[in-house]
Amino acid sequence: MTDSMTRHIRLAAAFCTLLLLALLVNATRVQVFQSRTYDDNIANRRQTIARYDQPRGAILVGGKPVTGSRDSGEQLRYERTYRNGPLYAPVTGFASQEYGTTLLEHSEDGILSGTDSMLAPFPLWNDLTRAQNPGGNVVTTLNPAAQQAAYAGLGTRTGAVAAIEPSTGRILALVSTPSYDPGSLSGNGRSANRSWARLNADPDKPMLNRAVRQTYPPGSTFKVVTAAAALDAGVVTDLDAATNSPDPYTLPGTSTTLTNEGDGCVDAPLRSAFEWSCNTVFAKLGVDVGVRDMSGTAEAFGFNDAYVKIPFSVSPSTFDTTLDKAQLALSSIGQYNTRATPLQMAMVAAAVANGGQVREPYLVERTTRRGGETVSTAGSRPVRQAMHPATAVQMKELMEDVVTEGTGTNAAIPGATVGGKTGTAQHGIGNSGTPYAWFVSWAQGERDIEPKVAVAVVVEDASADRSDISGGGDAAPIAKAVMEAVLGS
Amino acid sequence: MTNAGTTVTADLPTPAVRLPRRRGIELTLIVVAVLLSVYGYCAVGLAKNGTVPPGAAGYGAGLGVLALLAHIAVRLRAPYADPLLLPIGVLLNGLGLVLIYRLDLETPGDRAAPTQLVWSTLGVTFFIVVVVALRDHRVLQRYAYVCVAAALVLLTLPVLFPAVNGARIWIRIAGFSIQPGEFAKVLLAVFFAAYLAANRNALAYAGRRVWRLQLPTGRVLGPIVAIWLLSVGVLILERDLGTSLLFFGLFVTLLYVATGRTGWFAVGLLLAALGAVAVGRLEPHVHSRVLDWLHPFASIDAGHGPNQLAQSLFAFAAGGMLGTGLGLGHSILIGFAAKSDFILATAGEELGLAGLSAIFILYGLLVERGYRAGLALRDPFGRLLAVGLASIVALQVFVIAGGVTGLIPLTGMAMPFLAQGGSSVVTNWAIVALLIRLSDSARRQYDIEVAA
Repeated sequence: MTDSMTRHIRLAAAFCTLLLLALLVNATRVQVFQSRTYDDNIANRRQTIARYDQPRGAILVGGKPVTGSRDSGEQLRYERTYRNGPLYAPVTGFASQEYGTTLLEHSEDGILSGTDSMLAPFPLWNDLTRAQNPGGNVVTTLNPAAQQAAYAGLGTRTGAVAAIEPSTGRILALVSTPSYDPGSLSGNGRSANRSWARLNADPDKPMLNRAVRQTYPPGSTFKVVTAAAALDAGVVTDLDAATNSPDPYTLPGTSTTLTNEGDGCVDAPLRSAFEWSCNTVFAKLGVDVGVRDMSGTAEAFGFNDAYVKIPFSVSPSTFDTTLDKAQLALSSIGQYNTRATPLQMAMVAAAVANGGQVREPYLVERTTRRGGETVSTAGSRPVRQAMHPATAVQMKELMEDVVTEGTGTNAAIPGATVGGKTGTAQHGIGNSGTPYAWFVSWAQGERDIEPKVAVAVVVEDASADRSDISGGGDAAPIAKAVMEAVLGS
Repeated sequence: MTNAGTTVTADLPTPAVRLPRRRGIELTLIVVAVLLSVYGYCAVGLAKNGTVPPGAAGYGAGLGVLALLAHIAVRLRAPYADPLLLPIGVLLNGLGLVLIYRLDLETPGDRAAPTQLVWSTLGVTFFIVVVVALRDHRVLQRYAYVCVAAALVLLTLPVLFPAVNGARIWIRIAGFSIQPGEFAKVLLAVFFAAYLAANRNALAYAGRRVWRLQLPTGRVLGPIVAIWLLSVGVLILERDLGTSLLFFGLFVTLLYVATGRTGWFAVGLLLAALGAVAVGRLEPHVHSRVLDWLHPFASIDAGHGPNQLAQSLFAFAAGGMLGTGLGLGHSILIGFAAKSDFILATAGEELGLAGLSAIFILYGLLVERGYRAGLALRDPFGRLLAVGLASIVALQVFVIAGGVTGLIPLTGMAMPFLAQGGSSVVTNWAIVALLIRLSDSARRQYDIEVAA
């Protein structure tokens, strides 16, 4: 009797052992085998908490941080702060606990938040110790004086400035107005929600980075590309020889005629046509070069490249490659489907200044650990030949003439060589919109062995009086200020 | 033979071969348990504030004194008792206090550790009272019907009080929340053991045979089924499915051990399945728990954010193999009931699979020691009581630990010793006290036998 009960107790004990085993196996399943899946579940706040548990790395301009971190004492502890937020917003973007990250804050997030595996002292070290690296720093290529000059130059007007160093592609200034304070979006509270709603509802789109994320018809500034294509293709061999260009010019295959703002464009040689921006001459030149060579040169300058990253993406500038002759004529003077970002037009000016070579633009000089040790550097960037070096010499000449005696005299800097090109781009249905004022230029100081800066400026609402709008009047002074800032520093 | 030990007095000459009493081992293990708890307490303070918490010495001293007093009571009144039971109780209770203290740091407005410490003191006091006052477990057999009456009263009481969080299982007296159902568990175990010990022959051999199933007579089975139905009915009224399941499991286990009828086990499982399906279908509260278990992340997919079970799973997953370390996890994200029903998630996140397995094994040892006492005892009541008490711990740990780790649908229940809840701590100390008494009897009878 007692023995049978012993057996039953043993069986019941075996059942309890089964229950214990089930618990252990299930705990192993949850904690080891499925742990990654659970850790990565979007509703799991742990990664977010860990992300904000330490100060975010800094973005440096001219050796000084333009960002900071504030201890909020909340569950998501550190919030991003910005010094001079609106000035650098087109570079930094925002880092919001609620709305994610943009621009450099986004593309360099791994470094800044400390999650990049390159920050670890040894491979796999953090996996073993569960340690978290302090956020690293991002050193930018920006020139604070140039950035400041561009921002001040645009003032309350809507527009954008991009400046690059022609020989390297380093971006020296990247400004977009109107701007906003990215710090207002950092937190996760009601004030961040209000700012987000307000900024998104603003018709002026202050969060739009016009320097790289907005394309404009480049207007007459595109004549730099057309002139380079004509010289490269041999359509024009002598800058001072008369071209066979009627005024007005009837677009091939249509009855539409194209005219110029001023006189003296009939059969004008390339030099004076460029100096005085003759639409008729360049429209016909584009047609003479042909679609193939025109798009070849445009693409060599960087048009139609959808993959430009500086390291955040840049909206592709476009030159339509399937055009009839009338469309090609309009495209060659920067109208029709031709669109460009200010950064792209800065690259055009830079290519002329740099002997025809296009350097890929970049914004991050290097990234470092918190202590300053370098994690990665920009390294050497690919080079593309946009035009023959000989053509580049001729183009420099043409652009210098524009500043010394043409439409761009407002950009002249005493003691420096400056080349430029103005543009006034029509847009809107039936060209009813306020024209965009453009200016692209480059400058070389007296003691410099090569041009130091190439700039593109676009001003959307240049002037209240439509007839007064011109690249030379509104955009050139801003470009001048930026170039002076670079040459002076 | 079966009444060996009752007629023998302590005046016997010293036997030639005595079983070791192993009280020294117990004391050593208690010291280890107290040191581990104090270490945990300090680790929390160091992780959260960078300093050893100010109350560390007091906490260690308090826990140490309590454990020491309990040890002295055992040494004097139950010298043959199993040396593992008390240290396991001390370690689990100490760890529970550490975890609750750790979670208190996240909820500065709602501190539960001081109250829990008071309850732990009460629990250990009760332990000492039971060990000192109850000289022979067979005394309890006489009070079987008093026990069942008391159990039913305790179970019925909360119906008169307002429901808290959808369950009517609390009564509030002078600011203290008491969960009478906890005490009822032990009382019911005593009753089941006494009743089945007295009637097991009738249960096993009488009655009609239906196909291959030997049914007991209605006369014998009637009262016990009635009482079981009543307790389950009360629990469903009170919406406390966990305790209901526990009673059922206890009942089936003891019935099986007493009669040896596998049929009971089958019938029990069948009834359990039917009951689970019926309750799962009809009771919306339970139905949603089943759905949560099947699809723990449904609320996330629906855009409502993670529910408690999902948060609990996240916590366990975050712990991984070795855990984040005490004070460094985020199990407080579970929110409501993080210190009670979900306390294990904090252990899982901060101590990892290693720590969690250690805790499971501690419970496993406690249960095993209970079963061992049951095997060693001679009298059927003692055997059934030991098995019953050990099974309560086993089932309770399985139901709640399985629930929070997504193994079975979640039912609210307190993790023995770890979870916040005064009644639970006191009850668990009572269970350990009874197991101490039972293991003492088991070895004493053997020792006396050898001596004779």
